[in-house]
Amino acid sequence: QKDNRHQHVRFSREANQNAPHTSSLYKKPFAESFEETPLLVAVLTYMGYGILTVFGYLRDFLRHWSIQTCHVAREKEEQKDFVPLYQDFENFYTRNLYMRIRDNWNRPICSVPGAKMNLVERVSRDYNWTFEHTGRVVKDVINMGSYNYLGFADNTGACADAAVEATEKYGVGVASSRCEMGNLDIQEKLEQLVARFLGLESSMIFGMGFATNSMNIPALTGKGCLILSDELNHASLVLGARLSGSTIRVFKHNNMQSLEKLLRDAIAHGQPRTHRPWKKILIVVEGIYSMEGSIVRLPEIVALKKRYKAYLYLDEAHSIGALGPNGRGVVDYFGLDPKDVDIMMGTFTKSFGAAGGYIAGKKDLINFLRCHSHSALYATSMSPPVAQQIITSMTIIMGEDGTTLGADRIRRLSENTTYFRRKLREMGVVIYGNDDSPVVPMMLYMPAKIGAFGREMLKRNIGTVVVGFPATPIIESRARFCVSAAHTREMLDTALKATDEVGDLLQLKYSRREQPLPSLGWMAKESLLQD
Amino acid sequence: MRQYRASGRAFDNRSANWVTCFFRATRYRPVSERRQGNKEAPAYHLILEGILILWIIRLLFSKTYKLHETYKLTEKEKEDLIEEWQPEPLVPPVSKDHPSLSYDVVTGPPSHKITINGKECINFASFNFLGLLDNERVKQKALASLKKYGVGTCGPRGFYGTFDVHLELESRLAKFMKTEEAIIYSYGFATIASAIPAYSKRGDIIFVDEAACFSIQKGLQASRSFIKYFKHNNMEDLERLLNEQELEDQKNPRKARVTRKFILVEGLYINTADICPLPELVKMKYKYKVRIFLEESMSFGVLGEHGRGVTEHFGVNIDDIDLISANMENAVASIGGFCCGRSFVIDHQRLSGQGYCFSASLPPMLAAAAIEALNIMEEDPDIFTILRDKSQHIYNALQGIPGLKLVGVQFSPALHLQLERSSGSRDSDMQLLRTIVDYCLERRVALTLARYLEKEERFLPSPSIRVVVTIQQTEEDVQKAVSCIREAAAALLI
Repeated sequence: QKDNRHQHVRFSREANQNAPHTSSLYKKPFAESFEETPLLVAVLTYMGYGILTVFGYLRDFLRHWSIQTCHVAREKEEQKDFVPLYQDFENFYTRNLYMRIRDNWNRPICSVPGAKMNLVERVSRDYNWTFEHTGRVVKDVINMGSYNYLGFADNTGACADAAVEATEKYGVGVASSRCEMGNLDIQEKLEQLVARFLGLESSMIFGMGFATNSMNIPALTGKGCLILSDELNHASLVLGARLSGSTIRVFKHNNMQSLEKLLRDAIAHGQPRTHRPWKKILIVVEGIYSMEGSIVRLPEIVALKKRYKAYLYLDEAHSIGALGPNGRGVVDYFGLDPKDVDIMMGTFTKSFGAAGGYIAGKKDLINFLRCHSHSALYATSMSPPVAQQIITSMTIIMGEDGTTLGADRIRRLSENTTYFRRKLREMGVVIYGNDDSPVVPMMLYMPAKIGAFGREMLKRNIGTVVVGFPATPIIESRARFCVSAAHTREMLDTALKATDEVGDLLQLKYSRREQPLPSLGWMAKESLLQD
Repeated sequence: MRQYRASGRAFDNRSANWVTCFFRATRYRPVSERRQGNKEAPAYHLILEGILILWIIRLLFSKTYKLHETYKLTEKEKEDLIEEWQPEPLVPPVSKDHPSLSYDVVTGPPSHKITINGKECINFASFNFLGLLDNERVKQKALASLKKYGVGTCGPRGFYGTFDVHLELESRLAKFMKTEEAIIYSYGFATIASAIPAYSKRGDIIFVDEAACFSIQKGLQASRSFIKYFKHNNMEDLERLLNEQELEDQKNPRKARVTRKFILVEGLYINTADICPLPELVKMKYKYKVRIFLEESMSFGVLGEHGRGVTEHFGVNIDDIDLISANMENAVASIGGFCCGRSFVIDHQRLSGQGYCFSASLPPMLAAAAIEALNIMEEDPDIFTILRDKSQHIYNALQGIPGLKLVGVQFSPALHLQLERSSGSRDSDMQLLRTIVDYCLERRVALTLARYLEKEERFLPSPSIRVVVTIQQTEEDVQKAVSCIREAAAALLI
């Protein structure tokens, strides 16, 4: 028996080769789970797509012979003999699958996108090909879809008042680029504030979050550089990497072994064919992945980046404001030094309830961007009221307004996240991601359930986001909840009750994980001792 | 280094020779003789042949010998390489006197009267053509919207980021432009840069004017299509390229059937301040079956009787243009951009325009401001006539400044002043022009240099000073500006 135990210890050490040095990097447990898709569910999901495809072809056949009315917009008569603008089969999916459940997206809203929102009621009399607005409003829908993490999307209060003042003073437009005649004092003020908020030397702001990535990565890397990108990185990062002309290699999502292997091989072998050493290597990751709800393994990445002398580009679109005891994002969450991240990028759309993005880092980096960023030279700079909204909300988060309102919001978001995730798990639905992530994806798997879930939830006055292929892998369609500090416990309970009902109705309680009963932890320990 | 490229079996040189010898020995003997020979062959010969056959069999079944295995680095070697590797710095240091490093600071609104670095000036630099930037009506509408919706949208269009204001703005833009549909983006730069790759893919061909602006260039790059540049506004050159392509297509009709072709031009070019010959382009379009994409950021709300842009200016049927894109940051004086055209074309972007799908939507207050700007433009089309007259006036006034030449057409509201003779290097030209700008700033006339990323531009425009016309500039303002520029040029360039 002694022998047995010895083997067990050795086995576990081998299985976690990196465990001794990686686990010490984390100050608290890093709990992240992605429950495996049950085989039966996977098979049924594929069958679902099969049936949809067969009916799609049948419908296309009927449309072709004009047996069924065709609503698809047509090419102009004079241009019928041009090369088609897009291939017909490219749109097969749109026409025959997306169209059936299109009412779940682009739902127009007519209020603040706060904890509750009002939706414009719309109906379709032709199976979602066109929508009519009935003129009625669906009132007080609980908003589980907007990225309003800290609840700063508001039309009253300090932020809105300050934005009103800024509009009165400056107007809304700028009509010039930063570099020419569009560098307003309010923007410079915001840049200093962002740098101070993040604890970095300097920062620069841009008018659009998407463009912050796609227009600045090309300024930083070029030919002869290597970009190591997480496979689930946002489209804007992918576009930026492509526009830069660098070589791009993709590592498995949040998988440090995969990243380390790529780093080692890249440095050892150099550039393909010529074997010249790479000029520089840039690791590109996100703070919170918005479709998975996972948090980047930043401590390990920082260790790797230091060891292999790579640079790190961290996109905090979803994590800034939403994570960390001070709301300073994923660096704050892990208690790391922000200076260890070379390029800190984030957006103002989500937690700050505004628009645009920033890049922060060392003075040299920002000076370089001021002269070489595509956005600084060619794009119109940020609208003054938007800049003001960010300044006010950031000041509140930092507590520089003299209140604890910001700290309260951060705390409430974290409490809401824990509560909501725990309740969902207890319900037996499969949820993905990190325990601390306010983005909560809930698995639906089957295509038919995407539409059904979105509609059933709306019937119960809950607005949720549902996503399917191509935003997710084909069998991993999901619903997504974004928890906000503005949600009250009551709202969350209402949303949870609705999810429970719809979960029963649509049989969404797929989780096969045993419920963590209080005794179970003790039992596990017991069994290990016996071993 | 040894050059065994083949990955299969590597023959030893010696054994290879033996094998050829063996074949040579057997080849030249007639069959009958060989049979006889076999019978009479001496023992040593048979043994030798036997050994050879065994050798061949051994070679056939021997373990594959991979040459590149010898190149495989040991962990130690890898570790050394990793140790040795020194990356370049993340960014090269920027010299303190880089022309784009220190921006002029604007305090207060960048409208007709603008305060730059603490000095109040008359604005000849912002693209606020119609003076709507500090228009009271626009401001009030923006404020009303702010009080209803707050500032941000907290989501992309698909996920509760579509506001009723967005839908209203889209239908108003479509109505204004007299097209079937319009789609709005939250950033002017991203509009055409997203629209191009939504349609044009790898293998497709785009014919582009050399003077095309930077956002078009980025769109082209993102599309990964085959790009053919024609000389600026040179229709013969375009036709030559189209003809070449037609010949190419005839050679390979199967490929031609799936290769989309586009012509990409700007209405008024931001880099050269002149206009595209649209009627000829439309003729070309139907002759060669190429689609036209038109970028109108400088001409929307400027040209034409009702400000509809270059199509109205030339009286071209807007349905003949496949896609028109423009930003709402110049004449409209808000933020964002839009594309318009037939539903068949535009609707495709709602799922494949990257900047539309993956970006947060336009703040509702900015959309509301744009709607009010459209209202003003519709109510009072005279402003376009006033702008045209002003442009003409400034164009005339800026003629014949010694040392400087005016670039552009007379009805363009964003003109360029270039040096008549270059001083030799681009840097010193920029320096010279900057001195003129500073001289004018000193005398309360705000001008700016046109900025470009010198290494990134496909065809880098010559250094220039931008002169922007707005309807708010009075006769007095214009005279002051012109005389300032004249004085500065006289002092510096002669």
